[in-house]
Amino acid sequence: MKKISQLYHYFFQSTKGLILLAMTAISVITAVWGTLSGPMVEWGVRDITVRLTGMDLIAVERSGRIIMLYHVIAMIVVAIEVYMMTSIIPMRKHQQSTINATITFGWITAMVFGLAFGYFGHNFFYHGLFLVGQSLIFFAGLLLATAIFPWRREYLVTNNEYAHTKKGYDLERIAFFLMTAAMLISAGFGAVTGSFWSNGHETFLAEDLIREPSKTALQKSIIGHLHIMLTLIAISITLIVGRWMDWKGKLHKIGMPLMMIGIVVISGGVWSVVWTKMAHTFIYVGSIFVMLSALMLVIYAWAKLIRDRIAELGIEKPTFFQKLKALLHDPIKFGPFWQMVFMNFTVSGVGIFMAIKLDEIFRVWPAREERVALTGHWHILSAIVATIIIMYYVDISGMKGKTRKWFGWTLIIGSDIAFAAATIFSMKRLFVTEYYERPLVNITMLATDFGLGAILVIVAGLLGWRLIDLFKKDDALWTKEVIDPELDINPTAELTQAGRDKIRAQMESEGL
Amino acid sequence: MNFIKLLLPLVVLANFSIAKEEIEYVDSGVDPDLWITIPAGDFNYGQHNHVKTTVEYEIMATHVTNQQYAAFLNAAIEQKAVYVKNDTVWGFHPGDPFDGYLHEFEIPAGDYPLIPIKNPGLRLKYVNGKFTAKKGYENHPMVEVSWFGANAYAQFYGYRLPLEIEWEKAARGTDVRPFPWGDHIEKNRANFISSHNLFEKMFGDVVKTTPVGFYNGETHNGYQTLDNRSPYGLYDMAGNVKQWVGDDHKDVHYRYIRGGNYNSYELYLRVWMRDSAGPEHSSMSLGFRCARDPVVEIEIAPADSITTE
Repeated sequence: MKKISQLYHYFFQSTKGLILLAMTAISVITAVWGTLSGPMVEWGVRDITVRLTGMDLIAVERSGRIIMLYHVIAMIVVAIEVYMMTSIIPMRKHQQSTINATITFGWITAMVFGLAFGYFGHNFFYHGLFLVGQSLIFFAGLLLATAIFPWRREYLVTNNEYAHTKKGYDLERIAFFLMTAAMLISAGFGAVTGSFWSNGHETFLAEDLIREPSKTALQKSIIGHLHIMLTLIAISITLIVGRWMDWKGKLHKIGMPLMMIGIVVISGGVWSVVWTKMAHTFIYVGSIFVMLSALMLVIYAWAKLIRDRIAELGIEKPTFFQKLKALLHDPIKFGPFWQMVFMNFTVSGVGIFMAIKLDEIFRVWPAREERVALTGHWHILSAIVATIIIMYYVDISGMKGKTRKWFGWTLIIGSDIAFAAATIFSMKRLFVTEYYERPLVNITMLATDFGLGAILVIVAGLLGWRLIDLFKKDDALWTKEVIDPELDINPTAELTQAGRDKIRAQMESEGL
Repeated sequence: MNFIKLLLPLVVLANFSIAKEEIEYVDSGVDPDLWITIPAGDFNYGQHNHVKTTVEYEIMATHVTNQQYAAFLNAAIEQKAVYVKNDTVWGFHPGDPFDGYLHEFEIPAGDYPLIPIKNPGLRLKYVNGKFTAKKGYENHPMVEVSWFGANAYAQFYGYRLPLEIEWEKAARGTDVRPFPWGDHIEKNRANFISSHNLFEKMFGDVVKTTPVGFYNGETHNGYQTLDNRSPYGLYDMAGNVKQWVGDDHKDVHYRYIRGGNYNSYELYLRVWMRDSAGPEHSSMSLGFRCARDPVVEIEIAPADSITTE
């Protein structure tokens, strides 16, 4: 009974347990729902899944099902980011507990009833509870925005190495706050318009509207909603891994204002898409600010990795190759920032290229080819965010030694092969005519499947390791995580760190 | 540019392919000259079943075949309705209205490409000034034809390309089915990515089209098909090759494409799914069929029965 109580505490009250629970949920959904499309259909796996689970796949309802599915997955990803934020951003303990409890109840409710509604029959009880779950997540967001409100004196920066205003207000906290506020408004942008105009009964996928010359306000709102939500999820993970690396110094002081401006401009640009034709200009300008900020982080993180490793080895005057070796020493810490660089080839680069060449190339191509390129680049961005979360989680879990290296490099190489192959596949009409495309299609499809397969295998291994750990009698990792449940807190406000230590000491004394 | 250069080895590899100039002829038993009358009335249009109405019209039961298109080209060249220049067949198009919309491109009156003769995906031969279908491809759907080329064929014979609304009604009938034949799709019901049809088995990946009307419930060379006719009796309204429809969309001038093709996943075979491309686009997975207004038979009274006061 004590173990059950401890497990409950671990999975529902500790940051590390909550992240593991959410990652497991996404992995299970991906594993099961991934069998419903692509080559799995040809191999007959979908039929088996449908037979075993009793899914009700009506052809006309596919758009609605897809919408439910990616909302469910996106909600859980947002929850993971919130767990990380409530742990690393100084706030009161009761605020952290309330936010985490609310969002956990929210995503679980949204997941269970969202998938039930989408795939197991139209009971409006399900749909209602799906909306309840989403509302709880939104409410948790409001609580989060309140908790991290940056203009409070107790959160003034006490260490001058971190970006701050003249009065000492923490610019990183302001960036987190702006991102949270923008995400709340953007969530409303989708929810309000969706409810007002379509009332959930006439579904459409944004990618099916790309060639509509005159889009309705509803269509523009929804397109804006999905783009800005994904962008803000990516910005959020950038800020989070910045804290993981203890981003500070000059690059922090340059990067934070850039990020703040970028968040405001890009969000404003997306919201304005309903009213102005200038929206894309705002979005491009905002993107430049955000990407420059991310560049500052990458430079800082890689320099830090090199510096720390060289110091660890005790090398006084390192050569270029020693520095390079030091940079690549820990793939789990090198990876997130490499993925940010790689993103420029597979996401930003493709997006900019398509925007520039829109009239010359893409207007002539069939819409379906354009659709593949567009859906490809945002799927890749989502997957890059996922790989960064996985790497951060592996570090949290304390994976060490060769396993850490194998895991890290497999994740980086596997994902990058898959993303590069998917990008080439989606842009294939630039290189090869339809008649001669088959070998290129076969190679890129195979490479994509290989890369994604490698990721799935190692993630399954990671979760299997954590599952076995739950049954260990002695020296179980999860019991240590119960005692030390938090991520490294933002050291910009030392008083709160002390408060957190006090809570940890209290928990230890209670045997939790 | 460096990124593109890096891809060159892949491109070279990708361009290694073996063309199938001639294949075995397989008779599906379906007459490509068959026309179907679609009655006037309401039907459910699109994914959300909005009720729309059409007048009566006739539409071809199958795609236009290579043989039919070759015959058209020969006749049209003879009558100087089209001409061959720079390995392309050209024809006149009177132009589309131009509104100056953002991203709108202008299509003024002039000559436009109908088919690219040298394109290896084209299943026609052009020898001594005459077009013929390549051996075995006579009853396969005509492909590598631009919208201008499809429209030129229709105009030459006094037909027209079906409007989107007409195309969808012919494919769906008056109920709310997602596929022309019903609610579900099977691998041997249509030529799509999961079907791995007879032609892929016989000739490999390069030959992906099937003869028009191939999926008619009969067994062809040991391959058992299921009947994919729509409620009105049209074949291949989902799969095989996609089809141009006639509408010119204001402000963009894309031409819309319906029906899915041999490379499509099943979701693209649903009757409301829409693709589009510029009217000069051609593809080895894109063809067309024609529609026409019904012939109104007017009973003319004999002259001697007319009386004057």
